[in-house]
Amino acid sequence: MKIKFIWILAVVMISLLNAGSGQSTEKPIKMATTTSTENSGLLDVLIPEFTRETGIQVKVFAKGTGAAIQDGIDGNVDVILVHAKAREEKFISEGYGAYRLGVMHNDFVILGPADDPAGIKGSPDAAGAFRKIAATKVKFISRGDDSGTHIKEQALWKDSRVALKTESSEIIKKGKKLALSFLYPLEMEKKYISIGQGMGKTLTFAEEKQAYTLSDRGTFLKYKYGRKLGLNLEILCEGDPKLFNPYGIIPISPKIHPHVKFELADQFAKWLVSKNAQNLIAQYKISGRQAFFPDAIPDSN
Amino acid sequence: MNFLTDSFLSAVLLIWTLDHNLFEIIGVSLKVSSISTLIAGLAGVPSGFLIAFSEFRGKRLVITILNTLLALPTVVIGLFVYAFISRRGVFGTYDLLYTQKAIIIGQVILIIPIVTTLTISAVSRIDDRYRKAALTLGANLLQTARVIIREARFAIIAAIVMAFGRVIAEVGISMMLGGNAKGFTRTMTTAMALEYDKGEFVLSVALGLVLLGVSFAVNIFCNYFQGKGRGNN
Repeated sequence: MKIKFIWILAVVMISLLNAGSGQSTEKPIKMATTTSTENSGLLDVLIPEFTRETGIQVKVFAKGTGAAIQDGIDGNVDVILVHAKAREEKFISEGYGAYRLGVMHNDFVILGPADDPAGIKGSPDAAGAFRKIAATKVKFISRGDDSGTHIKEQALWKDSRVALKTESSEIIKKGKKLALSFLYPLEMEKKYISIGQGMGKTLTFAEEKQAYTLSDRGTFLKYKYGRKLGLNLEILCEGDPKLFNPYGIIPISPKIHPHVKFELADQFAKWLVSKNAQNLIAQYKISGRQAFFPDAIPDSN
Repeated sequence: MNFLTDSFLSAVLLIWTLDHNLFEIIGVSLKVSSISTLIAGLAGVPSGFLIAFSEFRGKRLVITILNTLLALPTVVIGLFVYAFISRRGVFGTYDLLYTQKAIIIGQVILIIPIVTTLTISAVSRIDDRYRKAALTLGANLLQTARVIIREARFAIIAAIVMAFGRVIAEVGISMMLGGNAKGFTRTMTTAMALEYDKGEFVLSVALGLVLLGVSFAVNIFCNYFQGKGRGNN
């Protein structure tokens, strides 16, 4: 009963919204994606082009990766575009997603001061670069906030075979004891600074201390070239496949949520890997630099 | 409800297990706040005296400005100090930004107006006869000041306690100038902000409860101190 009521309410509200905006929304689909995708501005290029070609409108809801996937599980949206491969695969194996198409990737880069005291410039091996950073006197700034970037950083530390330390605090959640833990390189001690803040703040912190850090390329480009007083940190290590951050598009399966507009979502997903869309992705630039790299082979479609 | 009991139990558990991270955070908070309060006290109380007991043109203006500074938002102080001490600022070479020193600089600016104005009002309220009596008895300026301090000491201690409460509870300056670096500049308030951002509300509220506990302990201590002084009188 309750759920039915909520649905009726939702339908009424959506139709009100549509009436308010005065757009012809015959075939809108809803997509949940991550804030980083939305913030990069790429969708503002892709979606109008898709709408122009097919007449299908796409409404974008930008959230954290976890919340976007949750929207898919709850059937709130028709399609999701996220970057958390392990969780995406689980999402499909549990039957929520119909299939996954690899659309593109952006990547993480290891940044540092221009004089590069650890000597990692041009190194193709991210874990090796981390090992060298750990061995010098220079500081390393960590997001330390459980974000995707922080998770990637911890994975790289594991790969670097540097001695690591796990720190944990016990708290109580739902009546059960739960340990919150995080990982950091043991030998770095005071040189490892975990600030628990967003990417932008971490970049300013690293610049201020002339330290190394791990960043996604998009945010770095914005801070380096998108401002009057650009960062003077440099990209020192890039291109290692371990640093890739793949984005996948997943239409929600109509088997679990019969109400989703699967056909339209399917059309959108297939369009994203088409030659036209892949070209748009490859051409999309932030301050004159490529931000995303298309993953689908253009002539396969 | 469940959420609050979880938080409360977590707070107890963190204290009970002498959680290393928690005590590190409390240590940084207490250290930074105490030093700021001490410096602000050493600067603010004497200047309060000077302003209260000297007559000069523009005295009212000075007091009005000080009263205005009471409403100074922490982010404004943060921004201002940031502009001076960042690598691109005038004092950039000293590498001050994102250190405990930076937080202390900001906090001192925050509470000097509090200490000064409250000292002014505390000593102005003391009957002028004390001052005149001391002066007629041949006391010099310093001795007169001591007489007045003795009379006004409760109000001055209250000013210091209030200033301490302000700095230990503020988050803007600690975040902007300290940068929330774990083990260096992570204070109780910035840690709470971080756990909130991460969605760890339980830990955040637990830290809030610990912060209240610490403030309570500090106030009991000050209260005891004040009460003792009164008893000896």
